[in-house]
Amino acid sequence: MSVEAPSRLTPIGRVTPFRAQRIWEKNFIAYRRLWKVVFSGFFEPVFYLFAVGIGVGALVGDVPGPGGALVPYAAFVAPAMMAASAMNGAVIETTFNIFFKLKFQKVYEGVLTTPMQPSDIAIGEIGWALLRGVLYSTAFVVVMFAMGMTRSWLAFLAIPAATLVGFAFGAVGMAATTYMRSWQDFDLVTLVTMPLFLFSGTFYPLDVYPPFIQNVAKISPLYHGTELLRGFTLGIVDWSMLGHTGFLLVMGLVGAAVANRRLDGMLRK
Amino acid sequence: MSENLVEARGLTKKFDDFVAVDAIDFDIKKGEAFGFLGPNGAGKTSTMKMITTVSPITDGKMTVFGLDPNTQGRAIRSRLGVVPQEDNLDLELTVAENLFIYGRYHDMKKSEINPRIDDLLDFAQLSERRDSRVEPLSGGMKRRLTIARALINDPDLIILDEPTTGLDPQARHLLWDRLYRLKRDGATLIITTHYMDEAEQLCDRLVVMDEGRIVAEGSPRQLIDEYAPREVIELRFQEGEKDGAALKLEGIANRSEILADRILLYTDDADTTQERLHNRGIHPEQVLVRRSTLEDVFLKLTGRRLID
Ligand SMILES: Nc1ncnc2c1ncn2[C@@H]1O[C@H](COP(=O)(O)OP(=O)(O)OP(=O)(O)O)[C@@H](O)[C@H]1O
Ligand SMILES: [Mg+2]
Repeated sequence: MSVEAPSRLTPIGRVTPFRAQRIWEKNFIAYRRLWKVVFSGFFEPVFYLFAVGIGVGALVGDVPGPGGALVPYAAFVAPAMMAASAMNGAVIETTFNIFFKLKFQKVYEGVLTTPMQPSDIAIGEIGWALLRGVLYSTAFVVVMFAMGMTRSWLAFLAIPAATLVGFAFGAVGMAATTYMRSWQDFDLVTLVTMPLFLFSGTFYPLDVYPPFIQNVAKISPLYHGTELLRGFTLGIVDWSMLGHTGFLLVMGLVGAAVANRRLDGMLRK
Repeated sequence: MSENLVEARGLTKKFDDFVAVDAIDFDIKKGEAFGFLGPNGAGKTSTMKMITTVSPITDGKMTVFGLDPNTQGRAIRSRLGVVPQEDNLDLELTVAENLFIYGRYHDMKKSEINPRIDDLLDFAQLSERRDSRVEPLSGGMKRRLTIARALINDPDLIILDEPTTGLDPQARHLLWDRLYRLKRDGATLIITTHYMDEAEQLCDRLVVMDEGRIVAEGSPRQLIDEYAPREVIELRFQEGEKDGAALKLEGIANRSEILADRILLYTDDADTTQERLHNRGIHPEQVLVRRSTLEDVFLKLTGRRLID
């Protein structure tokens, strides 16, 4: 016959339904020593901003922003740098880093022998990527603000907007990672993010392209992210921003659902 | 009333069509050290993973602490300590941090975890490596840390999947000593192994597994008494002489086993058997007399050896 649990130190009643934050705790401990990595995540877009925004900007002068009004090139390109860096940060965190833990260290297999479960890991890791993103975007907006590249107090809404970009890409990145077999597959990641970075209206307005190419570019999730952030930092807000938000939100939710399902199947064989 | 922490009936695990665990029955009592002895691929790890609720049961019934692994996995895992076959320590964390975060996964408070870390590092003889990174630790140290990690939540049941495979003899003995202490303090242990000496030393009761099935069950002593005569004589021959000798063994011992490199004679009386060998003109290059072990039991039951 089975019997009641023997008395114990840690009460069994303490089984909380949600503990994704434990993954953050773990990452926080690990990242305390990896502060160089944390810093590079901040400086990369700032360097781009100086090089492209100010350097190239000096040659280009003003360009037409959303709605057609002319804006200085640096103010045009800065929100795009911020969106691209939100994408890159989330993608690197949820592809390379997660793949390593999943395949080589088998860290998660151990985690799952505790009360943690696959959804805690999926939500925790995607959430962690976002948390880092919030840190970077806040710092970046402050830099933009200090350098006079923002046109409106709405600029601070770029922080949640960049977080949304990070969520969309982080969730899809994590889902993609569950399909990866070897390091070679990661060439695909660069193959996708690189053209997104170059052709999402990052460096120049999309209307330099013929209409057909413009429509293709509009499928790019980074395009939606860039437009959203640009609208906020330039203070030019219209209804299209709801569409951009919706696009990114759906992308993130679908990615998270797939990641969660796949992770469960992989880890609980 | 004896308390069963785990009860399994017809427990089955299939991967697609392949049957890894084939309808096995077992009960694990509170306070005992229970062993699963079997060669590579016997289904030991698959069984452990079902008990730890990380692998869904294909068929059959099992309760752990009286709970259902399918629906009460979290509650079951909160009372388990698991030492997996392959170390999966977190290489991004230090020795102490590895223990700390597992305490957090178990929802323990920091004030509960910290004193426990000290005790466990002491137990695992790792106090000096407290703030060291995990990577440079020796295999034995990593294993001890993994065991310490499994104890952080003061588990009611500790599951060890091949705790000493791949360690040198010294490291194994140190580990055995730690496991003895757990046993002495009343812990319930499940140990899988393909080392018969490990099973003999540590297990109160064990099952012998082969190809997904349980082929025998009992205490180490019972199994040896039941399946193998008391003594074994191992004979090694010079090149080419083994086959000739093998023809002259009829009736010389209770049973004989002809292996690739040697002949084993099972007997209740080694002296008489040795005398007969001499009388029949069998002159091995080397003769070794030893007590029979679980390895011999396994050989008898399956015709194969535990470790290839
Ligand atoms: N995820 C899986 N998918 C398919 N087959 C599997 C899987 N896991 C285990 N198996 C197969 O199931 C059988 C039993 O494996 P298991 O790991 O349980 O054996 P074991 O007794 O632990 O062996 P070892 O001593 O090598 O650890 C093996 O033939 C193995 O190849
Ligand atoms: Mg195994």
